[in-house]
Amino acid sequence: MIDFLAAAIRIATPLIFAALGGILSERAGVFAVGLEGMMLLGAWAAVIGTWGTGSEMAGIAAAAAGGAIAALAIAIVTVRYRADNMVTGLTVNILALGLTTYLMRILSGSNGPVSVHLDPLPMMPVPGLSQIPVVGTLLFSHPPLTYLAVIGCVLLAFVLTRTQAGLLLCATGENPEAVFAAGADPMRIRMLAVIACGGVAGLGGAVISLQQVGTFTDGMTGGRGYLALASLIVGRWNPWGAAAACLVFGAAEAFELRLQSYGIPVSSYIVQMAPYLIALGVLALLGRTGKLPAAIGKPL
Amino acid sequence: MAALLEMRAIAKYYGPVRANDGIDLDVRAGEIVGLLGENGSGKSTLMKVLFGIVPPDSGGIVFRGRELSGHRPREAMGAGIAMIHQHFMLIDAMTVLENVMLGWAEAGKVLRRGLIAQRVHEVSRRLGLDLDPHARVADLPLGRRQRIEILKAVLRNAELLILDEPTSNLAPGEVHDLLTILSRLRSEGRGIVFITHKLPEVLDVCDSVVVLRAGKASPKASVVGVSKSQLAEMMVGRDVAAPHILKKIDNQPLRLEARALTGAGLGPLDLELRGGEILGIAGVDGNGQFELAETLSGLRPAVSGSLRLDGRDIVRMSSARRTRVGLAYMPADRSATALVKSMSIAENLMLRDSRRRPYCRNGLLDQGATVEKANSLMAQFDIRARSADTKAGSLSGGNQQKIVIARELDRAPAVLVAHQPTWGLDPGATRFVLERIVALRDGGAAIVYISSELEEILAISDRIAVLSAGRFAGLVKREAVEKAQLGLWMSGRTA
Repeated sequence: MIDFLAAAIRIATPLIFAALGGILSERAGVFAVGLEGMMLLGAWAAVIGTWGTGSEMAGIAAAAAGGAIAALAIAIVTVRYRADNMVTGLTVNILALGLTTYLMRILSGSNGPVSVHLDPLPMMPVPGLSQIPVVGTLLFSHPPLTYLAVIGCVLLAFVLTRTQAGLLLCATGENPEAVFAAGADPMRIRMLAVIACGGVAGLGGAVISLQQVGTFTDGMTGGRGYLALASLIVGRWNPWGAAAACLVFGAAEAFELRLQSYGIPVSSYIVQMAPYLIALGVLALLGRTGKLPAAIGKPL
Repeated sequence: MAALLEMRAIAKYYGPVRANDGIDLDVRAGEIVGLLGENGSGKSTLMKVLFGIVPPDSGGIVFRGRELSGHRPREAMGAGIAMIHQHFMLIDAMTVLENVMLGWAEAGKVLRRGLIAQRVHEVSRRLGLDLDPHARVADLPLGRRQRIEILKAVLRNAELLILDEPTSNLAPGEVHDLLTILSRLRSEGRGIVFITHKLPEVLDVCDSVVVLRAGKASPKASVVGVSKSQLAEMMVGRDVAAPHILKKIDNQPLRLEARALTGAGLGPLDLELRGGEILGIAGVDGNGQFELAETLSGLRPAVSGSLRLDGRDIVRMSSARRTRVGLAYMPADRSATALVKSMSIAENLMLRDSRRRPYCRNGLLDQGATVEKANSLMAQFDIRARSADTKAGSLSGGNQQKIVIARELDRAPAVLVAHQPTWGLDPGATRFVLERIVALRDGGAAIVYISSELEEILAISDRIAVLSAGRFAGLVKREAVEKAQLGLWMSGRTA
């Protein structure tokens, strides 16, 4: 059981990163539909960065940069040129899928997909704390990026509620005109928020490629960006709420892995749908009860 | 007293339009200057120039002895100018405190909530603002929200406050409180520019007045010894007479009758209205005015009760059928309910009658007749536009409302329901609307006139009802009206 929960936390890690990024973007007033593309580009950049430099730190930095670049495209098109958030986000997702697939091919010349194999990031038990029974296994025996995700939650919650920057960010998603009247530049705030979203979501991609798998495969994010999007809505645009939702989805996936290993005679494809079915169900239950940032999706 | 603000020869042209054509404006410390003018007279442009939202084409600004040019709102605020917009610049989902801290350097990069809350309390007590720092803006009435803006300005050490139509959304009691707060600010030595087109308020609170007309300003005049009609004349450049004295019309048939009419947030209401009668419905906004207007016009269903028009029960009829049996409706929301802004004047004029002659023949729209009819209505109702093809959305508020009036009155309705028909109109257009409604009454129609402008209600109603929490708190003939009694009814206290 403890192992199961710890696995859920690890599986939820990329979702948590992406959801945190998505919160930045949506609270500033831009729908985070492009999370999937940002994650995918991040996942690719992480592998290539690590492979090219031999340093995992460089790979992680490259992941953030990769996600931020995808986000930059979205920021320019939606914020500067006032394009529709949904369409732009989806376009970038498809673009990222094509681009990463193509770039992998290029790297290997014309002989089919290159295979870069890296050792997945190792477990990094916290000395001392990991020895505590139950809690140690549950919370303090994880790979490095999982800790970073938790730190990210703490940090984002602090920034959103306790700092001027967070206040301005949330205000931009509610009433950009008031932000302008207060002497700040809502367009700049939105651009920066979306780019930061890309950076954080890119880290989510790095979790998948660098920490969970150790290589890049075409379209390896497999819809996790959308699941993160659902999480942040279910979590009411609140970092801890979103993280909790991610954990539920993570648990569903961990459960599915268990089922497969027990050899239950249900098609694995059906079981793999579980997190998404849960997401649909929860979204329908919540309906419109939570309130969306008032000015989300509205161009400046 | 010391000069706080000097604006000299400000000019701003938008293409051929001279929005500001060499305007001077002076404000001293501890002075309230009323800035009067009809819509389009250049008030907003002048204030946008001052606040740095648009740059002037020529002219200079000196504020507290320092030249102010090429500035943006941030610099204007830094210099000590605060602008309180007609539509408040607040985040409804946030608390008073968070709104105060937004974009304010003194709140700190990491927010000092406790300290700022303390200061909010202090200023709130000193000026009598009565604001709880932890209340959510969305839960506050409009009058309180406006005080948040004043609070923000004072906390940021604004020496000059610009208030753009500050009373247009307020209930009478709230207006009184605002004027009290403004005089407290004046006694603290702050300068105030009070933009309005409501004359009584100018006389109540302002020290001096500047009237703008067609981009030019009158010399600043003291309000002492100026009368309302003189001010009105200065504004529109012609004599504006007092409203009609209504003549008595007796023995008219009962035209509109409601019995225990009940809807969501409304009623039960009883109502009897004879031909040739205007029933003014007063009350603080949000007490069922909107629900009443929509229930009468058929846009929202009544839960129970009856509604008769000329003896026919119309309570279950759709709004289209109600139109056919003689009901006309002027909604408060011109841009969404009354008009389709992206359609032409001609199309808007036939909007509710497109199934009937002259617009429709044998099931097809008759273009020629439509344009002809539109031209005649435009002449009759003085709708000023290049042609009947002009988009309704490109017209001024006054001209848009004239389209609605033309459409609703041309049908010669038996009953007219008018909700805030003069909202946002300047005195000239207001006058026009009121005159048309009175003319309709004199022709024998019954009119339900819903407005939060008590002055207007008192001017044109035969009887006055006060709506409070969806029910009539009181009903009185105009001859017997006492303002104090109306005020009590409005505040929800039945005497």
